[in-house]
Amino acid sequence: MAKNNLLRLENLCVSYGGIRAVKGINLTVPEGEIVTLIGANGAGKSTILRTIAGLVKPESGKIYFKDNDITCKAPNLIVEQGITLVPEGRRVFPDLTVLENLKIGGYLRKDNLDADIEWVYTLFPRLKERSWQMAGTLSGGEQQMLAVGRALMSKPKLIMMDEPSLGLAPIIVQDIMNIIKTVNKEGVTILLVEQNANLALKIAHYGYVCETGHISTEGSGAALLEDEAVKAAYLGKARKK
Amino acid sequence: MTITTLFQHILTGISLGGAYALIAIGYTMVYGILRLINFAHGDIFMMAGYFMIFSMATLPWQIAIPLVCILTVALGVAVERAAYKPLRSAPRMSIMISAIGASYLIQNLATYLFTALPKAYPEIPFLKKILHIGSISSSLVTFITPVLTILLVLALMFLIHHTKVGMAMRAVSKDFETAQLMGIKLNNTISYTFVIGSLLAAIGSILYFTDRMSVTPFSGTLPGLKCFIAAVLGGIGNIPGAMVGGFIIGICETFLVAFGYSTFSDAFTFILLIIILLFRPTGLFGEKMTDKV
Ligand SMILES: Nc1ncnc2c1ncn2[C@@H]1O[C@H](COP(=O)(O)OP(=O)(O)OP(=O)(O)O)[C@@H](O)[C@H]1O
Ligand SMILES: [Mg+2]
Repeated sequence: MAKNNLLRLENLCVSYGGIRAVKGINLTVPEGEIVTLIGANGAGKSTILRTIAGLVKPESGKIYFKDNDITCKAPNLIVEQGITLVPEGRRVFPDLTVLENLKIGGYLRKDNLDADIEWVYTLFPRLKERSWQMAGTLSGGEQQMLAVGRALMSKPKLIMMDEPSLGLAPIIVQDIMNIIKTVNKEGVTILLVEQNANLALKIAHYGYVCETGHISTEGSGAALLEDEAVKAAYLGKARKK
Repeated sequence: MTITTLFQHILTGISLGGAYALIAIGYTMVYGILRLINFAHGDIFMMAGYFMIFSMATLPWQIAIPLVCILTVALGVAVERAAYKPLRSAPRMSIMISAIGASYLIQNLATYLFTALPKAYPEIPFLKKILHIGSISSSLVTFITPVLTILLVLALMFLIHHTKVGMAMRAVSKDFETAQLMGIKLNNTISYTFVIGSLLAAIGSILYFTDRMSVTPFSGTLPGLKCFIAAVLGGIGNIPGAMVGGFIIGICETFLVAFGYSTFSDAFTFILLIIILLFRPTGLFGEKMTDKV
């Protein structure tokens, strides 16, 4: 099966007021796969995702989606293309209800949302029970589920997730990872940014390691899990047993 | 004071308050979405007065009223596009200063174009019709204003809570970035807020000036400040709160005038502001100040 590259970054550079946060990144996300981007705090992972989403303008470099140049496009045009970002820290709308948060996820769609709302509710039954609750009153785990559900409502081809496991109990993290796999099996391509390298590499087809704005290592998820340098830097001692 | 004069004053107060409420909503909505006090809002209200004077000079009121609404909305959106939009990512203080500049610009432009002499506000015949209910008698506009205000607020609440545009406004008011990630166009949504605020200011100006007979380039300053205080009183950012604040200020002002303290009626509003800021800075219905991230 020939892999089509859904997303391709070419020599992407991003600066904040003269300080370079991303220094020439090349990265490809093949259609239908889960690709993960791991790295320490401040490595530039969020910046990369935010640049793809159109929130930050790159200094130089190109972003291609299905071979169309989408560099510097406004965020609403990026969503229209079929790319969506689950932002770091979930960022659900606290004084909108759960249902409204899902509806706003499908803001650009003109068709009926009911079937997809039901689909999200079957993925996350806990959201269905809380349909009329204000999103701000949900627990952290429920908010993360809502943030993922909200992103699914735009019927994306590519979902980018920024640290979905942040601050969640291991059981919930496992739930979220399972959902990511389920969603991927339904044909949605995933670009996953994670601090929890172990979990991310286990479910990913391919991984990139980002260090202070560069890609230092890349390889299949399984290969990176065995890579000595990656083990030492990101997987901690727990892997030694 | 007889019971009849009491009711008469309450009615006048509610009516004045209704006009204040419509203007106060413009302040509160813009603050809700941009965290900006739109100092030019009172002047946009004043310009609506001039638009009416010139429209009624040649056109019947049935055409003049919608025309005034359109012109006022255009002015409100133009101020947003020219004075606020370019400063979207600037510190809030810069936008505030730009707002003060816009306010002075409109006032001075009006002085230059129309002179500082009061211009007579046209009479809209049917609004001036005297109505008797029991022993109370007043012009129709006094009866219409509070009813119209409440209907408009209800319509606005429906728009905000049950339509897609309203949902986008609520999302933008909480989180610019995430709203954009949903595909919402920030600038359009902000413009809609100015459209609504200016439209209500146009309607408010017709109701307000019909009772006041004349317009000057400074007619917007004091009502503008009072309506801003009404918005703070109700809890800035809160639409029903702004309405209640408008009614409270209108009624208090009318009673102060009725009891012969008319010299203090303006000072009273500012004392009220100080009291609110000292004891309940979030206003009557305001939530905890959730500053934007
Ligand atoms: N808005 C901003 N203004 C200035 N500098 C910024 C801004 N956002 C990020 N940076 C800087 O860019 C660098 C990369 O930040 P980024 O948020 O992309 O890192 P990250 O890899 O996502 O880190 P983490 O894992 O902690 O989320 C950091 O040095 C950060 O301080
Ligand atoms: Mg980050």
